[in-house]
Amino acid sequence: MEMQQFYYDNKIVKKFIYATIVFGVVGMLVGLILATMFLFPNMTDGISWLSFGRLRPLHTNAVIFAFVGNAMFAGVYYSLQRLLKARMFSDFLSNLNFWGWQLIIVAAAVSLPLGYSTSKEYAELEWPIDIAIALIWVAFGINMIGTILKRRERHLYVAIWFYIATFVTVAVLHIFNSLELPISMTKSYSVYAGVQDALVQWWYGHNAVAFFLTTPFLGLMYYFVPKVANRPVYSYRLSIVHFWSLIFLYIWAGPHHLLYSALPTWAQNLGVVFSIMLIAPSWGGMINGLLTLRGVWDKVREEPVLKFFVVAITGYGMATFEGPMLSLKNVNAIAHYTDWIIAHVHVGALAWNGFMAFGIIYWLIPRMSKSTLYSTKLANFHFWIGTLGIILYAIPMYVAGFTQASMWKQFNPDGTLTYGNFLETVTQIMPMYWMRAIGGALYLTGMLVLVYNIIQTVRAGETIEDELAEAPELQKISAGRIKGEKYHAWLERKPIQLTIFAVIAILIGGIVQIVPTIVIKSNIPIIASVKPYSPLELQGRDLYIREGCVGCHSQSVRPFRSEVERYGPQSKAGEFVYDHPFLWGSKRTGPDLLREGGKYNDNWHFNHFWSPQSISAGSIMPAYKWLFANEAMDISMTEKKMQAMQTLGVPYTDEQIANGQKDLRAQAMKIEESLKNDPDFVKSYDASKKKAEARGEKFVPMNEREIVALIAYIQRLGTDIKVKDNSNK
Amino acid sequence: MFEQIKHNLETIEGIETYPIISLLIFFAFFVGLGLWVFSYKKDKIEEMSQIPLND
Repeated sequence: MEMQQFYYDNKIVKKFIYATIVFGVVGMLVGLILATMFLFPNMTDGISWLSFGRLRPLHTNAVIFAFVGNAMFAGVYYSLQRLLKARMFSDFLSNLNFWGWQLIIVAAAVSLPLGYSTSKEYAELEWPIDIAIALIWVAFGINMIGTILKRRERHLYVAIWFYIATFVTVAVLHIFNSLELPISMTKSYSVYAGVQDALVQWWYGHNAVAFFLTTPFLGLMYYFVPKVANRPVYSYRLSIVHFWSLIFLYIWAGPHHLLYSALPTWAQNLGVVFSIMLIAPSWGGMINGLLTLRGVWDKVREEPVLKFFVVAITGYGMATFEGPMLSLKNVNAIAHYTDWIIAHVHVGALAWNGFMAFGIIYWLIPRMSKSTLYSTKLANFHFWIGTLGIILYAIPMYVAGFTQASMWKQFNPDGTLTYGNFLETVTQIMPMYWMRAIGGALYLTGMLVLVYNIIQTVRAGETIEDELAEAPELQKISAGRIKGEKYHAWLERKPIQLTIFAVIAILIGGIVQIVPTIVIKSNIPIIASVKPYSPLELQGRDLYIREGCVGCHSQSVRPFRSEVERYGPQSKAGEFVYDHPFLWGSKRTGPDLLREGGKYNDNWHFNHFWSPQSISAGSIMPAYKWLFANEAMDISMTEKKMQAMQTLGVPYTDEQIANGQKDLRAQAMKIEESLKNDPDFVKSYDASKKKAEARGEKFVPMNEREIVALIAYIQRLGTDIKVKDNSNK
Repeated sequence: MFEQIKHNLETIEGIETYPIISLLIFFAFFVGLGLWVFSYKKDKIEEMSQIPLND
């Protein structure tokens, strides 16, 4: 058998590791800034692109796609080559994957703070970036499959199965959830509306966690844990069961994000059942990872890399036990919309993804630079301060979550809400927000220690070069099953067939969920009183999306006495038929806004957006002063927006579209008139007019400014149903 | 609300077979997986679990 010499591409691994480190620091820093904003809501007062609503998607995207994404690529590019005994298929595709991905990250880092957002969680990026993601992802997939095809190892190790499943599923999810109708380079509307949009979004959102944050890292676990411990995985059989059952079950569980919403009950229950079943494969995988260390626990004492892995796998176990529990309806009734969810996701992100990434970085860098780690002590310090950071982050958020839920649901004996003012439930948990920020700061400190340690290691080591390896050429054998070969053994040497089976496994659950969703569109009860948004309200809704209001305010009243009492009648599926995209939200840092319209007058909202604290002392909502700026809002897209909505099925008439700008102006004038009912407004309005004149600036009347559109939208919320309820009585 | 929505689903033709089909697919999947895994030969399993340690 002829031995073939070839080089493993270490340079691409190095690049991805450096990107992981850089974007890890950025993503965590933005997270810490956001945590601080809970304490000092106006610390970036007046700077629109540093406001909470715009930075939150930046934080989630930076951590998920930049930090974890780059770590995933680094680990995959390293392990895939070695598991297949082959260099990556194409250096061009490797570099295209790297530079394309970084470019996408930079585009996200610029566009999200500027307010270009679709508002769909973890899919906020606008359509041109979505297309770029799809292309780069396909480049990654071709490169991976190409490498698999020219491999020198007959069998595909289980880690590679996880990588394949990651590639195909993320591609399917990303494409279906990003279907949107562009109206300009920076703005598009989801083709789905309301309930349907919610189902597709959380089918995506849940499986993004599954197939971007979980399956690739499980693949990495199955490679790196045996590698570092220098012993094979505890049970290879278990890993096969883990793989197939995980990818088969995960895809069904999305609706558990929408319990008690206007989603059909059967879909909710299906999501619950499959979420509970997910405990089995998840814990099977966790146990498989931990038991790989049987007999070498003494190594864990000395090797920081293994310490990171142990906490990571434990965190995976905790988060995957908690997830199914959270999907039980009675637990979800407490946890949903509270900080409990924030604790849950951070156990996953900080412990599982973060610590796996750190372990891999500490192991790979010395290996590739042919040196030893600069300081094991510092790595140990990182481990401990990171662990302490996770604890200090998670525990206060659990306490905060329970406190919120109990206060939201507390009734007086006379049947009124004990904490009728939502703000009381916020001020109560401020100490928890403080502790969370401290926990986050500790975790970031650990990250900075890693930066120093890695820089010193790289400086002392050799330049990272491609690594020479040799392996015998793979003998050609029959494409069909050879005599005596079992079916599965055949399947494992046939990557294409394996991929097809994996696709079928994920599509079964996907189809069971998506088909009824598409069917249901025509089955949602039409509520006659629900009308499309007026042009001004549509404009305001886009501002609501731009400012990321959905990050703190839900628009979904669950069928609980406490919520109906606090917010008004529960959500009905028919209310959202014109909502492209849906804005149900997932977190209530502030109160639900579904029935906000008409609760307060226009002046209240005007003053509240200018300075929330002047209306509600102790509020942690930031001010939105740029919406009041002496600038006319851009209404040039009005007709285009309405036409796009019409294409998507919103019943605007051609006449309404033609009169779009005129109607918009008329409604805005009305709001300005109503604002003038407040003598204080008149006084300060006149004063600012004079000021502008004195400066020689052009004065833009209030009805042309953005704030008026936002008020129009807020005042519209939920009012269709209120009318209906009255007419029924 | 749920009654109201259930009613809408009832109007989807053949909806009552959905759960049964789901259960069957599910059951078949895991029976197949179980058979697959336990019919492995031990030496094959060992060979494959050694792959990461062989580079």
